[in-house]
Amino acid sequence: MTEQGDRRSPVSVRFRVNGREVDVDVEPRLTLADCLRHHLRLTGTHVGCEHGVCGACTILLDGAAVRSCLMLAVQAEGAEVVTVEGLSNDADLTPLQKSFRKHHALQCGFCTPGMITTAHALLSEEPDCDAARVREVLSGNLCRCTGYIPIVEAVLEARAAYRPKTQAGDRGGDRA
Amino acid sequence: MKLPPFDYACPTTLPEAVRLLAGHDGEAKALAGGQSLVPMLAFRLAQPALLVDLRKLADLRGIRISENGVALGAMVRWREIEDDERLDAAHPLLKAAIAHVAHYQVRNRGTVGGSLAHADPAAEMPGIAMTCDAEIAVVGKSGARVIQAADFFQGALTTALTLDEIIVEVRLPAWPARRRWGFEEFARRRGDFAMAAAAVFYDESEDGKARNAHVGVIGVADRPLRLPSVEDVLNERTIDEATIADAETAASAAVDPQDDIHASAAYRRALVGTMVERALKRAAA
Ligand SMILES: Cc1cc2nc3c(=O)[nH]c(=O)nc-3n(C[C@H](O)[C@H](O)[C@H](O)COP(=O)(O)OP(=O)(O)OC[C@H]3O[C@@H](n4cnc5c(N)ncnc54)[C@H](O)[C@@H]3O)c2cc1C
Ligand code: FES
Ligand code: FES
Repeated sequence: MTEQGDRRSPVSVRFRVNGREVDVDVEPRLTLADCLRHHLRLTGTHVGCEHGVCGACTILLDGAAVRSCLMLAVQAEGAEVVTVEGLSNDADLTPLQKSFRKHHALQCGFCTPGMITTAHALLSEEPDCDAARVREVLSGNLCRCTGYIPIVEAVLEARAAYRPKTQAGDRGGDRA
Repeated sequence: MKLPPFDYACPTTLPEAVRLLAGHDGEAKALAGGQSLVPMLAFRLAQPALLVDLRKLADLRGIRISENGVALGAMVRWREIEDDERLDAAHPLLKAAIAHVAHYQVRNRGTVGGSLAHADPAAEMPGIAMTCDAEIAVVGKSGARVIQAADFFQGALTTALTLDEIIVEVRLPAWPARRRWGFEEFARRRGDFAMAAAAVFYDESEDGKARNAHVGVIGVADRPLRLPSVEDVLNERTIDEATIADAETAASAAVDPQDDIHASAAYRRALVGTMVERALKRAAA
């Protein structure tokens, strides 16, 4: 990796996105969010504020929900990244998506990728979380449309799909 | 905004990291969780020539608990503190304070060392370091040294670190099992920076009097503060309603906050008294 380049020399980075190995040449200053959107054409990840306050850019990095606008693409070297695209499949809506639809948990949809990735991380870690915990976790994601109540309801209803008794294939709809 | 251009290095040893920082005439910056530095870059409040990523430095990892206290590696993330059940007994005040830091996604990335070096006047970790007489162990081109928390924080976003120094760990003195403590914070939304917060602890003598009282506050000055005048009110007294009322008055009198867009000086002065009052009630309960 460069240490005394001209500040713009591209660096080669390899990581996995939604189960696929990728190899991209990026300027060190490129955020992971922009790398996903512009280089890898995964435009499901949304960029709202570009400085860490809105949560629209949330992705999973080695399983943990993080803001992809506050990470450099070069820092993803060797990591396993899952974006909102990786949490859906072509066959059917996942239980989490169905629950969002049922509860009208989106209007314009701008915040939705961040809500889905964040909720997926939370429910994978804590399938028995209560409404207070859901609200606390979603406090890092801004929504200008819904007023949050339907989003909290949708996440609470989706909990059942993440509990161990469910079939593995049902869990949030990972492609794998 | 898009980030300004810089070079990037990801050293695997601490001496290599120090060498990189030292070799750029102050134009290089350490990168830990990026949760404060990347926004600073986006706003052009920082424009380093080189970012030195600390993520591969094993020396900066881990939470170590011994009879000497709790040592937190600089790269310990908020999430690790939240998940470490040993800390419930080894340092309950730390655990309670860190529960107020930022939001879920930020907590998965933000680090102890980054917070200390960033030195936001309203940040919890610097407040705990001040309140608990922490020692901050650093390494730079002229070797290793240990900085007392009281000497470390020198103003808003200003610390005693030289440009080539890296924080290795922060050491919190041992926490006696029966120590009484409280942490109270007020923020408009959970996870936002504190408008004010208070951390208090004391040990109780046989006859129920407070000894070794420590009172620290954040969000009311250009750096985290200890409030000796409030500690004097508490030491050698029983922590009852009258003492707590005196402490509240003393806390409001001890600080000199400024008006800002979030609140007036008078509001913050009253708030810090209330935070001290509530923290003491919790400690005495
Ligand atoms: C939306 C949002 C809300 C937040 N709310 C809070 C809050 O309520 N309370 C709070 O305390 N914080 C809050 N933060 C800040 C967060 O906790 C940061 O993670 C933390 O302040 C900085 O840690 P970092 O690891 O991200 O450091 P970075 O952003 O990587 O670095 C910050 C600074 O520290 C320097 N640095 C980093 N590590 C070292 C080291 N080991 N040695 C020397 N210098 C080093 C860097 O060069 C840089 O100058 C919030 C952040 C966001 C985005
Ligand atoms: S775009 Fe990343 S938090 Fe807003
Ligand atoms: S649905 Fe429009 S911002 Fe959330």
